Amino acid sequence: MRHRTELKDHQRELYYFRVRLAIGAAFVLFLFFTLIARFFYIQVIQHEYYHTLAENNRISVVPVVPSRGLILDRNGVVMAHNYSAYTLEVTPGKIKDLEKTINELAALVEITPKDRRRFKKLMEESHNFESLPLRTRLNDVEVARFAVNRYRFPGVEIKARLFRNYPQGGLASHAIGYIGRLNDDDLEQLDEAGELSNYRGSDHIGKSGIEQSYEKALHGITGVQRVETDAAGRAVRILSRTAPVSGNNLYLSLDSKLQKIAENAFGERRGALVAIDPKTGEILALVSQPTFDPNLFVDGIDSLNWDLLNNSPDKPLTDRALRGQYPPGSTFKPFMALAGLEYNKRTPSYAISDPGYFMLPGNSHHYRDWKPGGHGSVDLHKSIVVSCDTYYYSLANDLGPDNIFKFISQFGFGKKTGIDIEGELTGLLPSREWKQKRYKQKWYAGDTVSVGIGQGYNLATPLQLAFATSILADNGTVIRPHLVRAIQDSTTNQMRPVAKITPRQLPIKAENLELVRSAMIDVTKPGGTAAGAFINAPYATAAKTGTAQVIGIKQTEKYVASRVAERYRDHAVFIAYAPAEDPKIALAVLVENGGHGGSAAGPIARQVMDYWLLGKLPPEPVAKEKPEEGNND
Amino acid sequence: MIRQLMLRLGSHIDGFLLAAISAVMLYGLLVLYSATGQDFERVSSQMVNIAVALAIMWILANIPPQHLLRLAIPAYVLGLVLLIGVALFGEVSHGARRWLSIGVGRIQPSEFMKIAVPMMLAWYFDFRQATLRIKDFALAALLLVVPVGLIVRQPDLGTALLIAASGFYVLFFAGLSWKIIVGLIAAGAASTPVLWSLMHDYQRQRILTLFDPTQDPLGAGYHIIQSTIALGSGGFEGKGWLRGSQAHLDFLPERHTDFIFAVLGEEFGMLGSLLLLLLFSIIIGRGLVIASNATTLSGRLLAGSITLTFATYAFVNIGMVSGILPVVGVPLPLVSYGGTSMVTLLLGFGILMSVQTHRKLVKS
Repeated sequence: MRHRTELKDHQRELYYFRVRLAIGAAFVLFLFFTLIARFFYIQVIQHEYYHTLAENNRISVVPVVPSRGLILDRNGVVMAHNYSAYTLEVTPGKIKDLEKTINELAALVEITPKDRRRFKKLMEESHNFESLPLRTRLNDVEVARFAVNRYRFPGVEIKARLFRNYPQGGLASHAIGYIGRLNDDDLEQLDEAGELSNYRGSDHIGKSGIEQSYEKALHGITGVQRVETDAAGRAVRILSRTAPVSGNNLYLSLDSKLQKIAENAFGERRGALVAIDPKTGEILALVSQPTFDPNLFVDGIDSLNWDLLNNSPDKPLTDRALRGQYPPGSTFKPFMALAGLEYNKRTPSYAISDPGYFMLPGNSHHYRDWKPGGHGSVDLHKSIVVSCDTYYYSLANDLGPDNIFKFISQFGFGKKTGIDIEGELTGLLPSREWKQKRYKQKWYAGDTVSVGIGQGYNLATPLQLAFATSILADNGTVIRPHLVRAIQDSTTNQMRPVAKITPRQLPIKAENLELVRSAMIDVTKPGGTAAGAFINAPYATAAKTGTAQVIGIKQTEKYVASRVAERYRDHAVFIAYAPAEDPKIALAVLVENGGHGGSAAGPIARQVMDYWLLGKLPPEPVAKEKPEEGNND
Repeated sequence: MIRQLMLRLGSHIDGFLLAAISAVMLYGLLVLYSATGQDFERVSSQMVNIAVALAIMWILANIPPQHLLRLAIPAYVLGLVLLIGVALFGEVSHGARRWLSIGVGRIQPSEFMKIAVPMMLAWYFDFRQATLRIKDFALAALLLVVPVGLIVRQPDLGTALLIAASGFYVLFFAGLSWKIIVGLIAAGAASTPVLWSLMHDYQRQRILTLFDPTQDPLGAGYHIIQSTIALGSGGFEGKGWLRGSQAHLDFLPERHTDFIFAVLGEEFGMLGSLLLLLLFSIIIGRGLVIASNATTLSGRLLAGSITLTFATYAFVNIGMVSGILPVVGVPLPLVSYGGTSMVTLLLGFGILMSVQTHRKLVKS
C-alpha cells in the first residue's frame, strides 16, 4: 500500500517535474526569441543606421594643412619661411595632474622655465581639449626618448609640424608681422568670411603686418585625407587624399639690406623711417624702432617676454611708421608753399620782413619764429631753406583754413594712404568741420596760424609724410604705396603683380613744383637746415627738416633741449627725395625726442640714400647688437 | 583493443551533448581568432583551457551522481567559508572585493559557488524528499540567500544574480508553489526602489546607461554603443570573418572576453547569431531531456538547474552585448576567452552527463 502510494507519488512528482521542465523550456524559448527579435531589429531594420555609424567610426576625414607661402624681399632674400620639426604637444583636458606630468616629461625632454610660462599662457587662451605645444623643435634623441616612454603619458604626443620662422629676426618686424595661434576672435571672423573650413587643421593665422593682410594669399588651400582610424584615433591606412595647395609666395618691394642699414642708422633711438620709390609707390624700407623678434609670437609668447615687450616704455610693439602720429612740424612747409603759389597768395619774389614773430591783426599774441630776432627779408625760396616760421604764419593766415585743408589733403594728410597692410592711422589735418565736431568750437584765426607750420592740431604718420614727399617728388603723381610687389602662384610658379595701381595726377603747375624743389635742394646745401647731413653728397637731394613739439612752451620761456627731460624733447622730422632731378627714393624719417630734424634725422636719411643710390655701405655699424627679447631700454 | 578502450573511456560521455558543445567551442575558437586580431597564441591558450575543462568534465561524468552529492555539503561549506574570507581579507581590485589570496595564487570563490549552490540545494531536497514542506523551501532559500548576499556585498551583482537564478531553478523544479513564485516576483518589483537605494553608483549607472547609452558615450555607455554598432553594422549576412571594422580597429572593448558576441554578430551577421542560438538551443534541449530522464530527484533538479542556468548565462551575455540588459560581467558561455568560466561550465556538463549515464546503475 505504502509502496503503491510512493510509486504513485513518484509518478505524480515526475509529471509535475516534467510540466515545470516544459515551462522552463518555454521560458528559454521566450528569452531566445526576445534576442532574435533584437537581432532582427538592429541587424536588419536598423542596419543602415548602424552601418553608417560604423563607417563614421572607421573613417575620419583629416585635413592636410598647406604649407604657408614664403615672404621674400625684392631681391629674393627670405623674410619668412617654414621648417618641419617635432613638437611635444599636450592636451590639458586629458591629463589629471598637469604639473606632475610636465615635471615627469622634463626628465625626458628639456623643458625650460620659458617653455612652461609660454605653455601656461597658451592654456589660458585656449580650450581644454586643444592640443598645445609644450616644447618645440625636439631633436632626434628627445623624440626617441619620449617615444619609448609614450605609454606613460596619455594625452601627450609628438607631432611633426611645419613651423613659421623669421630668419631675419627683428628686421622689418612691423612690416612683415607675425603669425600666432588661432583664437576665438579669429575663428569667428573666418566663419563670417566663410573661410572656416579652409582652416580645419590650421593652428595659426597671420596676426599683423604682411602676415595678416596677405593671409588669404599666404595660407593656401587645405587638403583632405580620408583615413581609416582605430579607436585610439591612430591612422591605419589612407583611403583617399586631396593634396593641399601651398600658399603663394610674396615678393616684397622692401629691400632687406636697405632696411637693415636704416634700422642700424637709428642705433638705440626710437623712431620710424619710410622710404618709397616715388615712380612706383613701392615701399623700399619701412622702419619702426625699436623692433621685436616676431619668432617669439609664433607659438604663443611666454608671459615674461610679453610683459617686457608690452610694458616697455619704448613700445617696441607699436608700428610707429603706420601708427605713430606726430606733428609734421616744418616738413609741412613745402606743401604750404605750394598751396600759396597755387592759390596765388604768394609769388616767388614776394618777401616778408621777419621780426622773429607774427601777430594777428588786433591781437597782441606773439607767434614766435624758432630763430629769435627773425631771418630778415624772407621770400618763398628762403622760407624753405632756413625754415622761416613767420613766413608761414602769415601765409596760413592769408590762405585760410579751408584752402589749406583742401590743398594739403590732396597729398594724403588726414586720411589713410591705402598701404596694403592693415592698421595705419589717419593722422589729422584739421578743418572747421573737424573742430566743430571734435571740440564743439568754432575755428579761430590762431588755429590757422599754428597749422601753417605743421603744429597745432596737425598730426601725420611717418608713412603719410613719406607718401606726401613721394607725390612731391614725382611731380604730383599719386601712387598708392604698397609693400607687396608680386605674388608667386604656388601651383604655376608664375609671378603675378598685385592689383593694378593706377597713378593719379594732381592738378599742380609744374613751375610751382619746380620752385619748391629748388628750395628743397638748397636745404641740403650750405646755408640750408640739413647742410651738415648731406655734405659732399654726389647727388642732389631735395629735403625739408622739421621739429615736432612734444610739450607746449610758455610764451616767455625758451626751449632748451638740454634742460628738458629726454622723453619731452622735440621729435626730429625729416623728409627728402633724391636724386632731386629724377627721384628714385622719397623718404620720411622721424626720430623720437631727437631734437632738430636736420642733425638727428638727416644723417639717417643720408645713409639710406647713399646705399640706395650709390650702393655705399655706412662706414661702420652704428648700432650695437640689438637685444631681441624684451629689453628694458 | 583501442576501440574497447575508447568505449570504456567514453562510456559515461553523452555523445550528443559533447557534439553540440564541441560545435559551439569550435565556432567560438573561430570568432576568438578574429577577436584577438589573429593571435594564434591566444587561441592556443584557449584550446588548453578547453582541454583542461574537458578533462574535468570527463572526471565528473564518470563519478555517479550520488557520490557527487556527498561532496555537496563540504563544497558548500568550503565555498561559504571562502566567501566570508573574501569579505574579511579579500583583495580589492577595480573597487570590488572578489579575490582571495591563497599562497600559490588567488581564487574567486563566487565562481566556485556557481556549482556548489545548486548541488547543495539538490542534495538538500534529495535528503528531504519524503516530506517537502514550506519550511524546507524556507531553509533552502536561506541556503541560497546567504552566499548570494555575500557576493552582492563584494559587489558582484552579475554573479550574484546568476547564482540566485541557479538556486531558484532548483527550488522551481523541486515544486516551489506558484503562489510563492508570483509573490516573490511581486515582492521583487515592490522592493525595486529599496534595491536601487542599496546599489553602488556604478551599478545604477549601468542601469541608467542601458536606457540611454548616449548619456555617457565615453564612459559606461561606450561599451553598449560600440557593441550595438558592431552588431547592427554586421547586418543579415555579416561583414565576413576577420573583416569586422569595429572589432579590428579596437572600437569594441573586451572583445575577446565578455563582448565577443559583438565580434560574432559583426562578422557573421544575423545568420551567425541565429546559428549560435540554435547550437545553444540544442545543448539546452539535450540538458532538459537529460533532466526529464533522470531517475533521482537530485539528478533532475541538478540537471534542470544546470541547463536553465546555462541558458540564462547565454541570454544575459547576449542581451547585454545587444543592448537590452545592463552591462554585468558575464562571459558568453563556451565562447568567451577564459579558463575559469570554461571549467565551471564543463563541470556542469560533466554532472549532466553523469546524471544521464548513471541512470541504469541506479535503477538496477
